[in-house]
Amino acid sequence: MVDRSLALPDSVAKKTTGPFQWLKSMYLRSEPFRGYVMLSPTLLIMIVALGAPVLFLFVVSFWTQHLLDFTPGFVFDNYITFLEKGNYQNLLWRSIKISGFVTILTVLLAYPMAYFIAFRVTKNKLIWIILITVPFWTSYLLRVFAWKIILGYNGVVNSGLAELGWIEAPLEFILYNPFAVVVTLAHAWAAFAILPIYVSLEKIDRSLLEAATDLGDTPRQRFFRITLPLSMAGVVAASLLVFIPTVGDFVTPALVGGPKGLMIGNLIQLQFAKANNWPMGAALSVISLMAITGIVCAFLWFTKRIRTQDL
Amino acid sequence: MQDDSFISIRDVSKHFGDVHAVDQVSIDIAKGEFFSLLGPSGCGKTTLLRMLAGFEFPTFGEIFIDGQPMSSVAANHRPVNMVFQSYAIFPHLSVSQNIGYGLRNDKLSKAEMEFKVDEMLELIKLQGYGDRQSTQLSGGERQRVALARALIKRPKVLLLDEPLGALDKQLREQMQLELRALQRSVGITFVFVTHDQEEALTMSDRIAVMSEGKYLQIDTPNQLYEAPQNRKVADFIGTVNFFNARTESVAGGKVSMDAGPLGKLSAAPGKLEFSEGQNVLIAIRPEKFSISIEKPASGNAIEGTTDAAAYLGDRSHFYVRVNGVDKPVAVSAQNMDRTHDVTQTHQGQVWLSWEDDAMVILHED
Amino acid sequence: MSTKNKFGALGVFAVSYLAFVYIPVLFLPLFSFNDSIYVAFPLKGFTMQWYYEAFQSDGLMSSLKNSFKVGVPVAILSTALGTLAAKAVTRYRMPGKAPVMSFIMTPLVVPGIIVGVALLIIANMIGVTLSLFTIAIAHVPMCAAFSMWIMISRLEGFDKSMEEASFDLGEGAWMTFWRVTFPLILPGIIASLLLTFTISFDEFILASFLGGSEPTLPVYMWSQLRFPNTLPRVLALGAMILVVSFVLVYFAEWFRRRGTQIKTSSGV
Repeated sequence: MVDRSLALPDSVAKKTTGPFQWLKSMYLRSEPFRGYVMLSPTLLIMIVALGAPVLFLFVVSFWTQHLLDFTPGFVFDNYITFLEKGNYQNLLWRSIKISGFVTILTVLLAYPMAYFIAFRVTKNKLIWIILITVPFWTSYLLRVFAWKIILGYNGVVNSGLAELGWIEAPLEFILYNPFAVVVTLAHAWAAFAILPIYVSLEKIDRSLLEAATDLGDTPRQRFFRITLPLSMAGVVAASLLVFIPTVGDFVTPALVGGPKGLMIGNLIQLQFAKANNWPMGAALSVISLMAITGIVCAFLWFTKRIRTQDL
Repeated sequence: MQDDSFISIRDVSKHFGDVHAVDQVSIDIAKGEFFSLLGPSGCGKTTLLRMLAGFEFPTFGEIFIDGQPMSSVAANHRPVNMVFQSYAIFPHLSVSQNIGYGLRNDKLSKAEMEFKVDEMLELIKLQGYGDRQSTQLSGGERQRVALARALIKRPKVLLLDEPLGALDKQLREQMQLELRALQRSVGITFVFVTHDQEEALTMSDRIAVMSEGKYLQIDTPNQLYEAPQNRKVADFIGTVNFFNARTESVAGGKVSMDAGPLGKLSAAPGKLEFSEGQNVLIAIRPEKFSISIEKPASGNAIEGTTDAAAYLGDRSHFYVRVNGVDKPVAVSAQNMDRTHDVTQTHQGQVWLSWEDDAMVILHED
Repeated sequence: MSTKNKFGALGVFAVSYLAFVYIPVLFLPLFSFNDSIYVAFPLKGFTMQWYYEAFQSDGLMSSLKNSFKVGVPVAILSTALGTLAAKAVTRYRMPGKAPVMSFIMTPLVVPGIIVGVALLIIANMIGVTLSLFTIAIAHVPMCAAFSMWIMISRLEGFDKSMEEASFDLGEGAWMTFWRVTFPLILPGIIASLLLTFTISFDEFILASFLGGSEPTLPVYMWSQLRFPNTLPRVLALGAMILVVSFVLVYFAEWFRRRGTQIKTSSGV
């Protein structure tokens, strides 16, 4: 090979200069550049309609309100109020407990269902998948509302049992308590838990299961040594997908919770309606968000540790 | 720039983060040449091809095609077309629509377009397949459609990314010959990427053997096989036996060496330079040995013991253990005599002999 | 796997699970035809009265119109944004891809109430009047995130070299999109339009915070829950929403999964 790296023809030197040519060449050469150009509209709206408002929420949580006027500033009044009011803390704690129960319940119920579709259904799999995904997309409000008419004082259950002659007076304990909230939420979020678990099960290479059997595992051992560890990512995703949004829910407690089943979401909503203390509402939102983030991080750390220990 | 270079790759590097996929490569390819990039996966051959196509751009260096620099020319404005490894046949279009895909910008009449597509269908021997859905094609047919779709653009260069990899052995051998014949008839420069050395040897005018982002040697198939210039190339192309030796004198186009168990040897140095008292490698291909039971009357010969023998139909393979040589020596013998199975008779003590020009002397590294 | 144990305990569980998911919701249509103002057994008889009343109600019809005014533009815009984003992340190597994707996906996990109050505060600060427009702004990030999710699995379902082949044959970015990418992802786009429309149409929390004096259908429904005598009418309305959503979503899912089912069964 002859060395001729130095002598570029004149025409070349001319073509590669000039700002337009440089920009064009830059655009062609840089994949990150092209990628971010293409992402920019979506990112922009995410920042404008989500990122910035949530950041601003954080700022407002340090403001105070007197009658109808906001007082901008950086004071911890709202956070102190939260620490002083035991019932605020109880409400947050209850929300976390309820969401925790709901999460465990939905994941426990969803896993066998996802397992069934992934491994047992061979014919008409598409129909099964669609059947469990449809509720995922349809009205959350209606799914919750259905339980109000089921569990209500004169609802489906009470009137049905009365009609059958099993009860004299309507059962009052079935509605307006944390239990009703848990059942309703577990139903409403069922589809959210199935999908991630199903995806992770479906991804498992079937030859791994055959290999485990071949190496002497019983079906039970195989499940705990291969299937479950390999689908843990789906279980973790499902848990987060159910836990995080349910902590802040206010529709379900408002409809079926009663005073004992109220959650932090109801308190936040109240600050923006009757109580009308927006900075306090902002502070409660921030506190909830922090609590959720803390729990999620702890959960991720914990599951990661378990998983790495097992292997 | 060399006068005959049609594609000129000059000091081209491509970095993906810390990985140097292609590292300061300069290659010139002549017009009408069938040029192959050969190497194991990850050697940078596909990245180099994709830089020619315009799907990747060099981090450093410049590529010229027909004298034009390509650094600010997008893939759709380059005078090159590509046959993809997966063929990338558009599943929503018919065979004709696939082949005619690239003609939209040529502003042809409908009749002209049909004529051109029919011409191509004839070239690839798929007359009458035009209206078929492309999803109904077999592997070999898809490969032909991909070829026709690229050739209809009359590119200056056709790039082929392992186009035969997905075909079974028989079809692959047939397509190798067809591709070679096609290349001769259309006279387009082909740049062909493969990891299959046999395929590269069969089809190419010249081959660049690549490893870890650089090329080790660029040469004709014959020269790569018979006159490799370094250990890696000798090792990668075909089978080879290496023997350690030390040069004693270099003079008059001859290198005399002391090869230990093989005795004193002398051979031509080829293109490489040697000095006296240098440790070198002697490379001898298996078929360059003669195997016999009796000691040959003259020439280079050593005695050994047959370790293993295998009958392969046209030839037989032996592994012969020689005292003082680490690895058994691989020997290949043509089966000339129908009634005589050498794998049965040449057991135990045998003699290996070879000519002086069977040896290639290489630097040790 | 033998067909014998295909439906065993697990099969029974699966069917019960589906019953648990579907039966509670079916009480809405059931009682919407019941000839009584009380939602209670025994059923009193069949009537279409509540549907008739529902359609007579001005509030209902205007909120239905509002839901369309929000849902249609949101579906189109968020599908366009989701498709662009999905194409960027599936086709280009770029640093910071994982955090950017997580950021775009956050609306799927952040509790709706937090997004709702955050937007309410900022709208108030910069003096934007609450309207259908503010609802739409709130719906777009969430719907775009879903759309990106749908479109990623669609785009991963076909070979990237298809698009490269089109470039190679002389087409630019725009024509490559129309001639190759668009036809191949069309089922995904239709699915995304239908699903994002359904999400926006059914969304309650954001709409209730940001709607001002213009309620969408779910918000209107919520406001009617306070009045016992309008309950049957709300049931009729809910039943209709349920049926329409179900049909839309069923078609969307069918469209979306049919094409990719064989190749990538994990494309959920």
